[in-house]
Amino acid sequence: MRQRPNYLAGAFAGLWLLIILLPIYIMVRAAFESRATYSENGPLGLPTEFTLENFRYAFDNGFGRYMLNTGIVTLGTVLIVVVLVPPLAFALVRGQSRWTRVSFQSMLFGLAIPAQVVVIPLNFLITKVGLYDTLIGVILPTAAFTIPLTTLVLSSSMREIGNELYEAMALDGAGPVRSFLRLVLPLSKGGIATIVIFAALQAWNNYLLPLTLTRSDDLRVATLGLGIFRQEYSLNIPGIMAAILLTVIPILLLYIFARRALVRGLMGVGGK
Amino acid sequence: MHRLRTTERAGTKRGGRPSAGRPNFVWSLPALLFFAFFSVVPLAVAIYLSFTSYQGIPLLPPEWIGLQNWDRLLTDEGLHKAIYVTVALIVLAVVTQVPISLLIGVWAAGPQRNRAVVAALYFIPLLMSTAAITVLFASLVDPNFGIPATLREIFNLPVDNVFSNLLGNSTTALGVIAFIYLWGSSPLHTLIYQAGARNIPEVLYQAAAIDGAGRVRQFVSITVPMLRNTMVTSTLIMVVGTFTSFDIILLLTRGGPSGGTSNLPYYMYDQGIAALDFGYGSAVATILIVIATATSAVMVKATGYDKMAGTQEGI
Repeated sequence: MRQRPNYLAGAFAGLWLLIILLPIYIMVRAAFESRATYSENGPLGLPTEFTLENFRYAFDNGFGRYMLNTGIVTLGTVLIVVVLVPPLAFALVRGQSRWTRVSFQSMLFGLAIPAQVVVIPLNFLITKVGLYDTLIGVILPTAAFTIPLTTLVLSSSMREIGNELYEAMALDGAGPVRSFLRLVLPLSKGGIATIVIFAALQAWNNYLLPLTLTRSDDLRVATLGLGIFRQEYSLNIPGIMAAILLTVIPILLLYIFARRALVRGLMGVGGK
Repeated sequence: MHRLRTTERAGTKRGGRPSAGRPNFVWSLPALLFFAFFSVVPLAVAIYLSFTSYQGIPLLPPEWIGLQNWDRLLTDEGLHKAIYVTVALIVLAVVTQVPISLLIGVWAAGPQRNRAVVAALYFIPLLMSTAAITVLFASLVDPNFGIPATLREIFNLPVDNVFSNLLGNSTTALGVIAFIYLWGSSPLHTLIYQAGARNIPEVLYQAAAIDGAGRVRQFVSITVPMLRNTMVTSTLIMVVGTFTSFDIILLLTRGGPSGGTSNLPYYMYDQGIAALDFGYGSAVATILIVIATATSAVMVKATGYDKMAGTQEGI
C-alpha cells in the first residue's frame, strides 16, 4: 500500500532548498563577474560574465598569505591531535586504570566549553609563555579544544576491534606498544580519518583564537582576512565573494573526495 | 559497572597475567596534560583575573582588587541587556531551527532517490566557516549593494523602507543574526534528524497505516516520539552553540546598534579584550563558564556520552 507522493512536504522542502541555494548562487556568480557588472545586475541577476579578476584582487590584497597561514595552523593542529589522541583513546578502551576513566569523564563535562568562552584567560596564558602573536600560540589551544570530542569519536571506533584480536596479540607476547602499532592503529583508520577532518575543520574555520592571540598582519589567517575585507573593501562585493569562495574550495574538495569522513567529522562539530 | 569490574578482577586472577598487552595510565597522560593546560588552567586563570585589575599589558601585571569587578557586575545595565539578548537569540534559534530541521530531516530520510540528492545540497552551508557565512550575509543585507537595494528597485519602494537598514535596528538585526544561525547550522541538525529518522523501524508505520492513521497522525504519534532523544541532543547542541558563539555578532554588528545585539560572550569580549579590562571581562567569562559547564553536564547525561565511555572496560 504505497502512499501517494506528499506534495505539501515536497513544496516545503523545495522552498527550503531555494533558501539554502540562493545565497550560494549569489556568491558564486558574483565572484566571477566584474564590479561594474555586479552593480548593474544587483545580487539577484543572471550570470552574464566570467572573469578571474576578483581572485587576483584577493591575492593582491594578501589573501594568499592568509590562506598559507590557515594551512599552517590546520596542519599543526592535525599533527598534534593525531599524535596525542590515539594513545588516550587506546588507554580508555583497553586500559584498566580508574584514573584514565575518571579524568576523561571530567574532560567530557567540559565538552560544551568552547574556546571562545576562555579567550581572555587564554590570551593571558599565551602571553605569559611568550607565544602571543605566533602561529604556534594559535595552534596549541586550537588542538587542545578538539581533544574531548576527537577522543570520544576515536575511542568508540576502537571499541569495535574484537576482543579476540587483542587476546591473540597478548598470547603472542605482544606488549601494549606492539598491540597499539600493529593492531589498533591499522584497524582504526576510519576513526583516525574522522578525527583528522574534525580537527582540520576546527582549525580551518577558527576565527576567535587567531583574532585574540595574534596581532601582526603577516600572521593573519583566512577567516580574519575575510573580516578585514569586509571592513576595508566593503564596496567591492565581487572581491569579497571571491575571497569567501577561496576559503571554501579546499573543504569542497574534501566533500567531493572524502565525503564519508567529512560528514562524520562535521557531525562532530556540533554547534559551530 | 560494579559487576563488570568484579568479573574483570576474577579474570585477571585466572589468566595469571594481569595486564598483558594493556596500556597503563601513562598512555593517557600526554593528551590529558595538554588538554588540562589549555582548558582547566584558563578556567582557574579566569577566576583569578576576575578579582584583579589588568589591562592585558604584560608590563603591568594584574593587581588584586578583591570583589570590585563582581560588585560592578551586579549593577551593570549593559550586562542585563546582554543577558536579554542572549536569551532572545537562544529562543529565536530554537523556535526556528527545531521545526525546520525536524521536518526537513524527516523528509530527507525518506527512501526516495531524489530526496538523497536534495539532502546533499542542503549540506552545502556546512562547508563554510561561520566567518565566511557571516561576511556573505553581510554583503547580502547591505543597504546599497545587497538584496534590499534590488527589492527597492523591483517593488519601487521608498528609499527609507523596512529593508533599507536591517542592521540599524535592534529587532531586525537580531532577526538577521537568527537567520544566519538558521542558515548556517540547521543543515547539521537536519543531518542529525535524518540519521535519527532512518533508525525508526518501518514496521511501526506499516502498523499505523493498517490502523488507518494518516500521514500527519503518523508523524505526530510515531516520528516525533521516536525522535525524542535525537531532539534532546540536537536542541542541547543548538542551545550551547548559540549561547557561546559571538563570531557572527563580532563580524556583523559589533554588538550594535547601541548594545542591541550584544550577547553575553560578545559583551565579555567587548568589555574584556576590546576595552582592555581583562579583570571585568574575566568576571563575565566566569559566569559563562559556569553556565556552559552546567549545560554540558546535562548534555553528557542526556546523551549518555559518559556511559559510552565506560561500556567496555570490564571485557
